[in-house]
Amino acid sequence: MTFMRESFIVFRRQLRMNLRNPAWVIIGMLQPVLYLLLFGPLLEPLIDQFGAQNAYTFFVPGMLVQLGVFGAFFAGFSLIGEWREGVIEAERVTPASRTALLVGRLYRDLLQLLVQAVILVALGFALGMVASAEGILLGVLLTLLLGGACAAASNALALSTKSEDVMAPVINMVMMPVLLLSGILLPMTIGPAWLERASDFMPIRHVVDGVRASFVGDLGGSAVLWGGVWALVLFALAIWWGTATFRKENA
Amino acid sequence: MIHARGLVQTFDTRQGRVRTQVRAVDGVDLDVAEGEVVGFLGPNGAGKTTTLRMLTTLLRPTAGSATVAGHDVVAEPVQVRRAIGYVSQAGGAFSGARAGDEVVDHGMLYGLPRDVVEQRGKALFERMDLPGLWARMPRSMSGGQKRRLDIVMGLIHEPQLVFLDEPTTGLDPQARANLWEHIRDLRDRLGVTVFLTTHYLDEADALSDRIVIIDHGRIVASDTADALKAQVAGDLVDLELVDRDRLADAAQRLATLVDGRSEVEVVDHHVRARVPRAGRSVPGLIRDLDRVGIGLESIEVRRPTLDDVFLSLTGRSLRDADAAGPQEGGPTTALDEAAVPVTPGTATGTPTAGPPPGPTATGSTTPGPTTTQGALR
Repeated sequence: MTFMRESFIVFRRQLRMNLRNPAWVIIGMLQPVLYLLLFGPLLEPLIDQFGAQNAYTFFVPGMLVQLGVFGAFFAGFSLIGEWREGVIEAERVTPASRTALLVGRLYRDLLQLLVQAVILVALGFALGMVASAEGILLGVLLTLLLGGACAAASNALALSTKSEDVMAPVINMVMMPVLLLSGILLPMTIGPAWLERASDFMPIRHVVDGVRASFVGDLGGSAVLWGGVWALVLFALAIWWGTATFRKENA
Repeated sequence: MIHARGLVQTFDTRQGRVRTQVRAVDGVDLDVAEGEVVGFLGPNGAGKTTTLRMLTTLLRPTAGSATVAGHDVVAEPVQVRRAIGYVSQAGGAFSGARAGDEVVDHGMLYGLPRDVVEQRGKALFERMDLPGLWARMPRSMSGGQKRRLDIVMGLIHEPQLVFLDEPTTGLDPQARANLWEHIRDLRDRLGVTVFLTTHYLDEADALSDRIVIIDHGRIVASDTADALKAQVAGDLVDLELVDRDRLADAAQRLATLVDGRSEVEVVDHHVRARVPRAGRSVPGLIRDLDRVGIGLESIEVRRPTLDDVFLSLTGRSLRDADAAGPQEGGPTTALDEAAVPVTPGTATGTPTAGPPPGPTATGSTTPGPTTTQGALR
């Protein structure tokens, strides 16, 4: 199929360039390890107050989503460099599908996320996490959908702003409320009612809840359902936006 | 190969609170035949790049229509893309990737199998004087090598028509001359139709079968370089006299050669005029001057240049138009230049991303009596 072939060509090119710069690969792999080793222990004495059983079964899903969201938000920066050197324009005069040009780049971000997820889950088990295989699979899948959405949005933003100086503050402005209102580090349920209400409006919070629920094994519950719905909606919207910018991209 | 009718592109720009609509391209009609090399000439901000981006399907025309390589740019963009190659001002190969890999990936996006692309790519590297650079990164190539690599990428799918946007901007004179050879080769040996934009007169003159001049988004002329030059009333004859007192006498004698459309100019020790077919009439004039004892310090006869053509068409010299561009063209200029990496903001800036060379690099187009081409001996 042409689309698969085209997106794979783009993916292979991106991967090759990433591997040429192993520093970033190593930093990407180290991130989850450091979080688990240096932040996880802080949660252990508090875990009873969260209404959860196991600190790592609680923490690993949050970490997973954080990696998915935050790593992916930065994906667009490399696109600006490529745009500046005319790479995007050169790709846009080929007959390749515009969606393939975007999706090929997403494969790279998703692969990186998947590798990070595997490290995170393996390390989580080593530290005493309890979770079922199906639960982990579903949780990782939700994370990949969300990560893909964030990476696509980041690429779209990059092609719209075409400037690191404009993009960096925007990303920071988006990241703060996401970090504080999604219950990634601590559950929103332990806060006051108004704060929890506010977090209801943060779509990513529902994905975090969904991933947590699936790790615990509550696969049929409403948390997984809403997490899944939100992940899909965000993914579809971001792909649409990303493709539109690859299609238009005025001078 | 290209048929465009009434192409228009408008951009909304905002300066402070005032929103204005800029017509970057304002009704362009264009015809390019198969096998032609056409130079698209105009000052910065005239609408060259914007026109090019519409013809290459990168930008949807606001109005008008264009057929490129037999397909409509709006209705059948994919077919157009298959048939054309486009080398943008910014290039197309990433500075931190291996040149060969970039060429192969680019070719494969056209649906070509890997071995075919690799074979063609390596042959093109030989043809374009890039031997042994297959595994080199563009960041460690010279400006000229980088441009030739960009052209290789534009040719990898063997297009019938190639668009080159300012191909030699930022290159030193030697690299320019070398690149010109390769561009001529595209048509002569590969049979490719070439459409190139430039704001260098000598480049358009040296490379093109036909020159299309655009100014303020409109086509103001389209003809061969010679025919365009013939529109200017004759060759410039400049006589420098030894004796100031004989200036009036000399001017009178020079005036007999002028066909009425132009005037004799007297500046310092010089008398100057545009004379039709100066090669035939000037020898007689010199004998005449010699006979009456008017001593000459120097004589110069200069064929009209495209700069003279541009001046006679628009009332401005091309260099003045360029200098005025940022104020006059305003936002249009910014749009035209948008694809150029003006500041290498990150460490990935390419070595070619420097300021374009000044008029010094285009010595032979510089108007004025200092030019010595065609001087009599």
